[in-house]
Amino acid sequence: MALNIYDFYNKMEKDNIMLSFKGNVTSELLTSVLQIMESKMEKLNEPNRVKKKVYNILVEALQNLYHHLDKKGENDPKAHSTVIFMIGKDEQAYSIFTGNYILNVNAEKLRLKLEKINSLDADELKAYYKEVLNNGMMSDKGGGGLGMIDIARKSGQKLEFDFQKVDDDYSFYSLNINIPQ
Amino acid sequence: MENLVIEGSPKTPTINFSPENGKLLIKGRSIPENSIEFYKPLVDALENYSGNPKDATNVDIVLEYFNTSSSKCILDVFKKLEKINSESNGVVINWHYEEDDEDMLEAGEDYQAIINIPFKMVEIEE
Repeated sequence: MALNIYDFYNKMEKDNIMLSFKGNVTSELLTSVLQIMESKMEKLNEPNRVKKKVYNILVEALQNLYHHLDKKGENDPKAHSTVIFMIGKDEQAYSIFTGNYILNVNAEKLRLKLEKINSLDADELKAYYKEVLNNGMMSDKGGGGLGMIDIARKSGQKLEFDFQKVDDDYSFYSLNINIPQ
Repeated sequence: MENLVIEGSPKTPTINFSPENGKLLIKGRSIPENSIEFYKPLVDALENYSGNPKDATNVDIVLEYFNTSSSKCILDVFKKLEKINSESNGVVINWHYEEDDEDMLEAGEDYQAIINIPFKMVEIEE
């Protein structure tokens, strides 16, 4: 077998990864991950302010994965409903990395939205959040587009994202969120 | 009207609404994947209450965390309360936040800017 799990381990150790997951996202999984991260931060004696910020952003990032998966149907041959996420921490910041498939037709819309969020400063983000909260339609999936605005606001950092075209239908969407301590 | 009591869970807050006393408490964590379903009983109860509200309605929001899915529902709750708020039927929202939780204070201020009800920002000391 070519896979060397020790290489994976060393790579993750080097990149300060605290927790990683690849697979299908369920509500129960999210509950467990949030509990694990909460107790890890408790053990690390993180200040309340940091714990709350990381927890809040993690909730939004993971629930985005839960709500916004694109798949073409039950018989989709590829694993388009699987996602990956990792949570890391170094001296300066917590990092949350997520990756999931997205239909090409939706990728462009999302890219424009993320670019708009990244073009706004803190005050503009606050105004934009209030505008979407008050006027935006609630989707049956949840926050009606508030999640990414909230992540940008709470982290105080620009969102790092990328779309890699996989085939005629899908791209792989990666998002890195940095949360300075 | 009967009281509405919903016990809290790891992802949903405790809700205690007493129409007889004009008191509403939302306390804990509000991070469910589907918040519309969770908040519907409260939104419906407030709709009923708005037909015959008390002279004074006191609302305490004591949230540790809430997700953006809940934030829309909390706004819906406040919009029901806003309809009640008048000279004869005053509503006050007490927005509680932990002393170092600037994000929670700011979230309260966002609602304050949108909703025409007096807000009191109440700092919880650790």
